[in-house]
Amino acid sequence: MPFQRFVQTGRIAKCSAGPLKGRLVAIVDVIDQTRVLVDGPLTGVPRQEYRLNNLHLTKYRIKFPFTAPTRIVRKAWTDSDMKAQWKASPWSSRSQNICKRSHLNDFDRFKLRYAKRQRNKLLTIAFNTLKKRTKSDGTERKLKKDKRERIRELKAQGVKKGAAKK
Amino acid sequence: MAPVENAKKSAKTGKKNHKHPVNKYLSGGILRYSKSQMYKRRALYRLKNVKQPIVPKTKQPIKKVKKINGPKNGGERTVYLKKPKANYPTKRFVKKRPAKSLFSNHKRNIRRNLTPGRVLILLAGRHQGKRVVLLKVLSSGLLLVTGPFALNSCPLRRISQRFVIGTSSKVNLGDLKVPEHLNDAYFRRLKIKKDKKSGEGDIFAVKKERFVPNEQRKKDQKEVDAAVLKAIKAHPEGKFFKKYLQNMFALHSSQYPHRLRF
Repeated sequence: MPFQRFVQTGRIAKCSAGPLKGRLVAIVDVIDQTRVLVDGPLTGVPRQEYRLNNLHLTKYRIKFPFTAPTRIVRKAWTDSDMKAQWKASPWSSRSQNICKRSHLNDFDRFKLRYAKRQRNKLLTIAFNTLKKRTKSDGTERKLKKDKRERIRELKAQGVKKGAAKK
Repeated sequence: MAPVENAKKSAKTGKKNHKHPVNKYLSGGILRYSKSQMYKRRALYRLKNVKQPIVPKTKQPIKKVKKINGPKNGGERTVYLKKPKANYPTKRFVKKRPAKSLFSNHKRNIRRNLTPGRVLILLAGRHQGKRVVLLKVLSSGLLLVTGPFALNSCPLRRISQRFVIGTSSKVNLGDLKVPEHLNDAYFRRLKIKKDKKSGEGDIFAVKKERFVPNEQRKKDQKEVDAAVLKAIKAHPEGKFFKKYLQNMFALHSSQYPHRLRF
């Protein structure tokens, strides 16, 4: 599988360390093998050089000429509807979830665990009943309990013993 | 203590001098400004021709002639009006130590988030891992907490703030007043008196005395807990909050206390 994401002008990347951690930037120019010029006019990142070590490349790319001024980067960013695109991406939702989880306090963590426990309880009950009622070859298994219940129902309706068998 | 006073005075006058250009010592004991430069800087030439009126000083007597009674005493003696000191300090400017070293006089610095009604996680002692409610900070700097007893069987108890994690969740205790008699003396451990006479004989026969709460303690526990339980019920998530306090705190896999928020 060849590489899909390159360090190139217009590539959207995510800062992975430092005070700008988690912000999206656009690569404006490549300075050398380790550094690039980035700009994030709509994410609050001033134009600056940035180490590639601290950038994670995304699959998105916006179009503008290299070394374009902030004004043009901003225009390209809004025109490509980058914000909505990023929001819809699984990467964004995952990072939002991580953020949510890390912001939970002790009480929230307890509530989460409690809810999980409740859900798992229901799941195991449902699973066990299914397991009981299916044979190893996948067909339905009838339990003694079912037969008894059916008879009881019929009795309640007033049907005689012999008639039920027929 | 005269030297202390002197030191204080000199410090005060030193502050005043800062209004004027100050001369100071450079390294090596040389003055920054020479005598003539200071004369210029302080504009002392203004005062050169000003003649200060000479106020005649009235001499105050230092000594006094005292009459001495009794025979063979010379009849009279000259005595200093100001009595000379009986002893002098061997060292100059000996600082007086303030009498604050007593433990009871120490300043208590309680972590700012430890306010009454706060839910704490106990980290040490018999009830470690339990979530309890903070009632009050006692004068010794220890925290007064309660389970409440009905929820997690942690009684009214003292604990140092060092052995506690303060969480962000709290109960609104309102103007709950913890009884005055629930102080440090109330919780002090009772010492068992040793029998000195029979101390040598049966060391092994002596049973360890166990703590048994008396009626007063039980009564106090009930009273305080009733108010706290009421407050817990009034919490917007009262049902969960009760369960929360009933549950022990524990770290699970991939949970690191320094990364958690409490």
